[in-house]
Amino acid sequence: MANPMKIRATNKDGITEIKILMNHEMETGQRKDASGNLIPAWFINEVNVDLNGKSVLKAEWGPSVSKNPYMAFKVKGGKAGDKVVCTWTDNKGDKRTDEATVS
Amino acid sequence: MRAPHIKASLFVVIALAFSVSSQAQQDSTSAGIEAYREALQDGNPADLYVDSGAEIWKKKAGPKEASLEKCDLGLGPGKVKGAYAQLPRYFKDTNKVQDLESRLLTCMEKLQGVDTTEIVKAAFSSPKKADLVALSAYISAESKGMKVKVSLAHPKERQMYDLGRRLFYYEAGPYDFACATCHGQDGKRIRLQDLPYIPSAEGAAKGWTTWPAYRVSSGQMWSMQWRINDCFRQQRFPEPIYASDVTVAISSFMAGNSNGSVMQTPGIKR
Repeated sequence: MANPMKIRATNKDGITEIKILMNHEMETGQRKDASGNLIPAWFINEVNVDLNGKSVLKAEWGPSVSKNPYMAFKVKGGKAGDKVVCTWTDNKGDKRTDEATVS
Repeated sequence: MRAPHIKASLFVVIALAFSVSSQAQQDSTSAGIEAYREALQDGNPADLYVDSGAEIWKKKAGPKEASLEKCDLGLGPGKVKGAYAQLPRYFKDTNKVQDLESRLLTCMEKLQGVDTTEIVKAAFSSPKKADLVALSAYISAESKGMKVKVSLAHPKERQMYDLGRRLFYYEAGPYDFACATCHGQDGKRIRLQDLPYIPSAEGAAKGWTTWPAYRVSSGQMWSMQWRINDCFRQQRFPEPIYASDVTVAISSFMAGNSNGSVMQTPGIKR
């Protein structure tokens, strides 16, 4: 089971700033463990962010993104009380969805 | 007679110009590192550990099926807010000066009935220690913004602080190294990173008030014990036993020197 992410969203002058901190190992597949075996790649490859039911960001990620990724972006529109929903899917098919309210 | 004189002063001018430019370069680099650190502050992954630490605090575990919620961190059973800013301190029940992690081990033994021998022996990156690292993130976060207020009034607290100071200057190991070799002079750096001068209030606070911290380069959350352990490893000292008196002593020295500074925990580091 994937761990929850932390989402913060604020609206100022008609622009919504969304900040998301995700909880993920993001293994590149290049590293070896103590006994010399390759640690299999395990990373988030799809991210989707909805603002009030409308998709505002879609991303395709690879193994070069760091562990515990942090993403911040601004969207035109939105208002306080709107719902932000973020969903990621990793290459093992695991999924996690969390939401927050715009303040 | 005049010519060599001119040459000499020219040389001085050139040397001066060179030292100024290298100084400027160093300043801009450390300003760059500072800007990078500031950018990291927003969205510190240590927050993820703070959340999981809070859950571990409340979770029933061990043979006694008890949580740590009644653990006395110095301000009374279950009081977490502000406790970290006053550690290490003397505890009557154990008759010892303890830091956060050694105190947590005591609580795990007493409240939960956990045998902590294996936890003490385990590597810092192993899952056995993961709970303690997360707990230290959570408990230190509950002191964020508070002033360090470490008592040195009790004779045992004073003794611990003095032992820490002796340890700080104690040279040993194959490299004949001491903490003071790197942290015993003001205004020094290693590679391009400034080295805090630990015996000063400002220098001690730079270290003490920013650990535990998330390390971006390794993607790991480090507790204070982990940080100290690695300092000894870097000096090629024998590895100190987890939560042993020697590790508490060095913490007492740093914490005592930082009294009055504001806790910024959990921190974030490169």
